[in-house]
Amino acid sequence: MNDRAISGLGMTVALVLGVFYTILSEFIWFLAVSLLGKTNAFPPLLPMVVAGVLVGLSNGYCKVRIRGEKRQILFSVGAGLIIALIWLLLYGFKASLTVKDVFGALITFPIIKLLSRNAMKDIPLSRTTKGHVELMVVKILRAFGLFFFTLIVVFPFYFMLATSLKSRAEYLMDPANLSVNLLQYPSKLFGGYIEVLFRFGFVRFIMNSAIVAALTVVITLIPSILGAYAVTRLRFRGRDLLSRLILLIYMFPAIVLVIPLYSVFTQAGLRDTRLGLLIIYAAMTIPVALYMLRSYFLTLPADLEEAGLIDGLSRLGVIIRITIPLAMPAIAAIGLYVFMIAWNEFLFAYMFLDTPEIFTLARGMVMLDDQEVPRQLLMAGAVIITVPIMVLFIRFQKHLVGGLTAGGVKG
Amino acid sequence: MKKYKSLAAQEARLAFWMLLPAVVIVASVILFPVIANFWISFKSIGLGDLRPPVAILRERVVQTPKKPGDELVVTYQIRNSSRDRDLSDVVVTVRIPKGASIADLDDMWTVEGKRTLKSTFDRWEGGLSRTFELRFITESEYFTRDVDPRSPTSAEIESASKNALLSSPFTLDNFRKVVQARHFSRSLIFSFVYPFLGALISILMGIMAALLLNRTFRGQSFLRGLFLFPYISPIIAATFVWVFFLDPFSGTVNALLLDTGVIDAPIPFLNAWTIDISLFGMKVPFPLARAMVIFFDAWRYFPFAFLFILSRLQAIPEDLYEAADVDGAGYFKKFRHITLPQISSVLGTIFLLRFIWTFNKFDDVFLLTGGSAGTKTLPVEVYDNAFGRGDIGAGAATAVLLFLMLSIFMALYFKLLKEVDDE
Repeated sequence: MNDRAISGLGMTVALVLGVFYTILSEFIWFLAVSLLGKTNAFPPLLPMVVAGVLVGLSNGYCKVRIRGEKRQILFSVGAGLIIALIWLLLYGFKASLTVKDVFGALITFPIIKLLSRNAMKDIPLSRTTKGHVELMVVKILRAFGLFFFTLIVVFPFYFMLATSLKSRAEYLMDPANLSVNLLQYPSKLFGGYIEVLFRFGFVRFIMNSAIVAALTVVITLIPSILGAYAVTRLRFRGRDLLSRLILLIYMFPAIVLVIPLYSVFTQAGLRDTRLGLLIIYAAMTIPVALYMLRSYFLTLPADLEEAGLIDGLSRLGVIIRITIPLAMPAIAAIGLYVFMIAWNEFLFAYMFLDTPEIFTLARGMVMLDDQEVPRQLLMAGAVIITVPIMVLFIRFQKHLVGGLTAGGVKG
Repeated sequence: MKKYKSLAAQEARLAFWMLLPAVVIVASVILFPVIANFWISFKSIGLGDLRPPVAILRERVVQTPKKPGDELVVTYQIRNSSRDRDLSDVVVTVRIPKGASIADLDDMWTVEGKRTLKSTFDRWEGGLSRTFELRFITESEYFTRDVDPRSPTSAEIESASKNALLSSPFTLDNFRKVVQARHFSRSLIFSFVYPFLGALISILMGIMAALLLNRTFRGQSFLRGLFLFPYISPIIAATFVWVFFLDPFSGTVNALLLDTGVIDAPIPFLNAWTIDISLFGMKVPFPLARAMVIFFDAWRYFPFAFLFILSRLQAIPEDLYEAADVDGAGYFKKFRHITLPQISSVLGTIFLLRFIWTFNKFDDVFLLTGGSAGTKTLPVEVYDNAFGRGDIGAGAATAVLLFLMLSIFMALYFKLLKEVDDE
């Protein structure tokens, strides 16, 4: 067997990969250009397949004839540029060629070449087996999956950000265009934010949301820490039953609570107050917080606490001096989690708050949902409510991910 | 022995005090409302009944005295603020102004002290309005005093009413109303289809995303954080964004599809009951709005499944795969025979959990479609009944039905959890 030869199966793999990467990349390019500029026609299939075949062929040649990483990369970029020229000749006859198309082809094809060369790294072309074909399928699925998930996750948030920076006239002119003209006066560019923050009182809503969420964290954590300590460290009848009950309550639907709470709070004068909202948020998050803290306390050794007790500390002293410092990472993560729940909460804020002075952000957003209010403002509001949560999450991602998984299923 | 026992009792007492705050808050804001919801579901109560009825008194001067000896004539209109609910213990208090004396007194009034008149009614029917008149003879002193010309006798009224939540009779009407409502069966069916498909698709997406990121490569942790964005973003922001980019007239998705010629007319993604899709020349109706609501659920909650599955994947011992490599097993074989069995128990739990939570979810459907175009689920029905139509009783009855169905799933979940525990 010669390493410099290509088997039929190997050729097929190279061609399929070439065609797939070409189509995927052209699609991404098309999407990017359309969303950030004028909508382009999607390139017809035939030229793409032809270009893909060329990519595959040159990849095969590159793999068996060219030695050395650097030279392969150099070759790929060169071949990409040549294919780009062929593409422009083939494709340019039919469509009217623009500068953007030329530019696009010259950028995309070298990238396609590099990507597909990379994908072919662990597939020998001379002794290709069924396993390698499977590997190719997996690679194609991976590439497609990464593209798909990135698109569906990024697109909505990019849409939100871009729309918040565009005036009504701008987005009505071409709704497909999501580019933002950054060369405007900042007062015009951020006009939506300024209006939402100052004219619609979102500055106040931010404060309200922050106060309510922060107080919820405090009101939730104190009983939860005490309760979790009791459930894990003290012996009493019904301890296991109680643990189960906590988890059960965690699954109670909020909508079942709305009617009675609405009725009772209306009659007690607690509706439309921040205190009422706080009580509800605390009650809603105590079961989760208690359950998560319990899981964490179970992993802490009890020896230290017992030593503290023998040294004459009271139970409360043990909790404050030993348990809480030891559990601080978990407490911080759970506190953040509770903060996020309270910050994001919609149903009760919507049902219970009527006075704009005490609106939380989620409630204030509803106010913007009006035909008269430009969409730009609503999206600016959405950015304002989303960004703090995103920042908190990114900053503390490592701790939070563990907390999120501990919330539902044990361990 | 005795010492030990007292120590145990001491510990139990301490546990009681430490658990008390959490238990009190949760019991009063979660457990009590659930029970109260059952109670309300058997009462015929509207939104307006929540505000207790009160007696309203209007004092009006009909004749103003000009000189000493003239009569001051005042009328008192008393009415019930509620049309249909009775008041009890209505007490009217009238003060005789200084320098005036009562001309003639009905026996409905009793004199208390020197200058106070009182009238008491044990029962005042709903919607009842009556007017009484009092005549006072003035003396010269009356004109020297500073009397409020609008209300010279500073009349006041007090009343009591029964709490509608406690007093109205028990009835099964609410349940009858809910079950016999025209589209109840339809929303009931969708209430199950929605969480079932939503959970299923979100788990499939979660598996795919977890498999993608279950390798170490540059940007892996960045992508992991990115994939969690839909799950942690505030629901109100996420739904508004979806509503806008799916908008038939100014939405980006429609504009893009129109510009590229994929479709000829804009598609109202969230308002269309069904849309005809031609399949092999046949027109097949596709429930578009319902599908979009399910897709939204899958999009928003796949990160949840993704996180669990990823952490489970990372716990699979590497030597299992190495052994399979030696045997020459391909990727798909390894997935089927190693990965899938290893994650199957967590898949079951996630599915049930997601099903339960989506079954309970109100916000998502309410904010996306408001329950229109066939997307109504039981939680939205609860809201519509209680606050849309103002029928608190019917809303509570819907909530009771929802709760009863939910308890079946919760029992299932706990059974599953127990099995996982026993393993």
